[in-house]
Amino acid sequence: MAQMNMKEAIRDAMRVELKRDPNVLVFGEDVGKVGGVFRATEGLQGEFGDTRVFDTPLAESAIGGLAVGLGTQGFRPVAEIQFVGFIFEALDQMFVQAARMRYRSGGRYHSPIVFRTPFGGGVKAAELHTDALEGLAIQTPGIKVVIPSNPYDAKGLLISAIRDNDPVFFMEHLNLYHAFRDEVPEGDYTVPIGKAKVVREGKDVTIIAYGLMVHTALKAAEELEKNGVQAEVIDLRTLVPLDIDTIVASIQKTNRAIVVQEAQKSAGAAAEIIAQINEKAILHLEAPVLRCAPPDTVYPFAQIEDAWLPNAARIVKTVNQVLQF
Amino acid sequence: MSKVSLETPEAKTGGLPHEVRANDVAPLQVLSPEGEVVNPDYMPELSDDQLKEIMYRMVFTRTWDERAINLGRQGRLGFYAPVSGQEATMVGSEYALNKDDFICPGYRDMPQIVWHGLPLYQAFLYSRGHQHGGQIPEGVNVLMPQIIIGAQILHATGIAMGFKLKNEKRVAITYTGDGGSSEGDFYEGLNFAGAFKLPTIYFVQNNGYAITTPFAKQTAAQSIAHKALAAGIRGVQIDGMDVLAVIAAVREAAEIGRNGGGATLIEGLTYRFKPHSMADDTTKYRTKEEEAEWSERDPLVRFGKFLAKKGLWSDEDTARVKEEAKNAVNEHIKKAEQTEKMTVSGLIDSMFEQTPPHLEEQKADFQ
Ligand SMILES: Cc1ncc(C[n+]2csc(CCOP(=O)(O)OP(=O)(O)O)c2C)c(N)n1
Repeated sequence: MAQMNMKEAIRDAMRVELKRDPNVLVFGEDVGKVGGVFRATEGLQGEFGDTRVFDTPLAESAIGGLAVGLGTQGFRPVAEIQFVGFIFEALDQMFVQAARMRYRSGGRYHSPIVFRTPFGGGVKAAELHTDALEGLAIQTPGIKVVIPSNPYDAKGLLISAIRDNDPVFFMEHLNLYHAFRDEVPEGDYTVPIGKAKVVREGKDVTIIAYGLMVHTALKAAEELEKNGVQAEVIDLRTLVPLDIDTIVASIQKTNRAIVVQEAQKSAGAAAEIIAQINEKAILHLEAPVLRCAPPDTVYPFAQIEDAWLPNAARIVKTVNQVLQF
Repeated sequence: MSKVSLETPEAKTGGLPHEVRANDVAPLQVLSPEGEVVNPDYMPELSDDQLKEIMYRMVFTRTWDERAINLGRQGRLGFYAPVSGQEATMVGSEYALNKDDFICPGYRDMPQIVWHGLPLYQAFLYSRGHQHGGQIPEGVNVLMPQIIIGAQILHATGIAMGFKLKNEKRVAITYTGDGGSSEGDFYEGLNFAGAFKLPTIYFVQNNGYAITTPFAKQTAAQSIAHKALAAGIRGVQIDGMDVLAVIAAVREAAEIGRNGGGATLIEGLTYRFKPHSMADDTTKYRTKEEEAEWSERDPLVRFGKFLAKKGLWSDEDTARVKEEAKNAVNEHIKKAEQTEKMTVSGLIDSMFEQTPPHLEEQKADFQ
C-alpha cells in the first residue's frame, strides 16, 4: 500500500475516476498546467489532456454554472473553487442551481457535481481564504457536505462523491493537506458518504468533530485521559447526510457530549447536531450539549487566529463544563 | 488616444453587414523604451519637480517591494503581492488624480493607496494581519485592498454614483488584473457605469497572467479595452510600462468623468517581474525569454533615461532614493511591530456599533 498525504490522496481519487469514467472532468482556476495553487491536480492535465483537466477564466459563478450545464449533458464535473471565501461568487450556481436541479426538473436532470474547495484556519492566510463555511452549505437543501479528516477517508470519500448523482460540497482542510501520511490503497475503493466513525472509544463524554478539529479533539482526549476522563471522539466525515445514529449510540454510552467546530458559534453545524441530539437522545443526557467554537465575529485577520480558533485547551475546558454540570 | 471604437463592418474584409466589429487597438505610448518622446501630443503637462517626484515614487515603490519580499521571507510580513514591474501603472495612475478622488484597490494595489495617503506602517499592519491596518485615516480617500476579485469594481461604481448625486467633481478609480476582467462583477460594474453615466475609471493592469493562467486562456477578446464597447463606455489601451502614457490617459479619463462625460476603461499593458504572491514558482508557467523581454521595458529604466536626458535624474539620485526608501521601510515596519496586538475581545467589539448581549457573553471565553 502507498503512503500518501491528504493532498496526494485527493489527487489520486481524481486520477482513479478520470481513468475509470471518461465523463469525469476536472476544472477551475489554475488547476491545469500547474495543478492548482496547492498542486492538488498536479500532473492530471499531462495524463488526461486539456479537454478533461483544464484552466478556466477567473469567474467562480461561471465555473459553477458550467458544471451545472455539463451535469445535464451526462458529464461528471469536479470543479475547484480555489479558496473557500470565493464560493460566495458562485453561491447561486452551487447552492441554488445545482442543488435544485433534480427538484426543478421533476427528476429529469440532476447535478452529479463535486465542488472541491480548500478551507480551514491556522495557516495565517489572507482574508476569506480559510473561513469554515460549511454552515451555509448544510442550510442548503439538495447538496451533500463532506469534510474528510485524513488521507484514507479523503480518497474514499472523494471517489464516492464523484460517483454520487447529487451535488457534493467537498471541503479540504488546508492544514491537513500535508499534515501527515497514511496508508492509502492504490486504485479503487470508497468510503460511504453519510457514515461517521468513532476514532477513539471512551465512556465519560462524547466529543463530536470533523475536519482538522478531529485531531484537536484527539489531543484534548489525551489531556483528559491524564485526569482519568475517557472521552469518545467521533469523526463525522459528512455533515449532510448526518450520521445521527452513531452520535446517539455514543451518547447512550457516555451521557454527555460537546460539539467542536471551526466555524463561528451560532447557527452552524454544531447547533444542528445539538438540535438532533435533543430530538433523538434527550433522555440519555446528564448535561446540556455544549459547543466549542469561535465567537460570532468575522474570521479575524491573521494576527489573532490562534487565539480565536478552538484548541485542545478550550475543548478540555468545555468538556469539564459538561462533566461538572 | 488609442481608443477602441466601432467601425463599419465593410472596413473589414469578410464581415457581414449586420455584424458588429471593433477596430484594432494599439497601446498609447508617450515615451519609447529609449526614453524619447514619441507622441508629443499626449505629453502630460508636468513641471520638472513633478517629473522628479514621479521618479522618486517609482524608485521608492520598487525598493519597498524588494524589502517587503525580504520581510515576508523573514516572517515579519504576512500576505503580500509583489508589484515590481507595475510601478508605472500604479504610481502614474495615482499621480494623475486629485487627492479627493477615491481609490478602490485590488489586493496588489497597495502603492496607489499609500501614495494617496495611507501611512506605510498601516500597509504593513494590514499585511501582518492586524485590524488597525484597515483603519483609514480621516481625509484619505481609499478603501483597503480587496481580496474578492471584482468586488471593488462595484464599490467604485457606487462611490462614483455618490459623487454624481452630490454634484461633486470627483472620480472613483478602481483596479483589477486581466484575470479580474473575467468576473461577472466586472461586467456588471461597467454596465452600470454606462447606464448611469458615472465618473468611474476602471483600470485593468494587464500583466499577462492571473496567477498561472496566461492572457490567451483568460479571454478570446482582442483586448481588455474592447470590453468597454458592450457597456457603452470609453475604452483605451496604453503602454503600462510608460508612466507618462499612464498619466496622460488617467488625467484625460478623470477630466471627462468630472465633466459629466462618463466612465473609461483603461487597459495598461504591464508585467509583474516577481511571482504572483509569495508562494508561487514562475518557472512553472513563464519562460526566461519572456521575462527578459519584459525587463527591457522596465518603467524605471525608461523614465530614468528620459529624465537623465533632461538632466533631472542620475544614478546617484536612484541610489539616494533607495537609501531613503530602505530607511522609511525600516522605520515603518518597526512601528508596525510595536503596535499593540489585537485581542479577541477587541475583535468582538468591532462587529457592531453596540456589542449585543450574546457577544458580550462570548467574550468570557477569551478572558
Ligand atoms: C473571487 C476570487 N477568486 C479567486 C481568487 C484567487 N486569486 C487571487 S489572485 C488571482 C489571479 C488574479 O489575476 P489578475 O486579475 O490578472 O491580477 P494579477 O494578480 O495578475 O495582478 C486569483 C485567481 C480571489 N482572490 N478572488
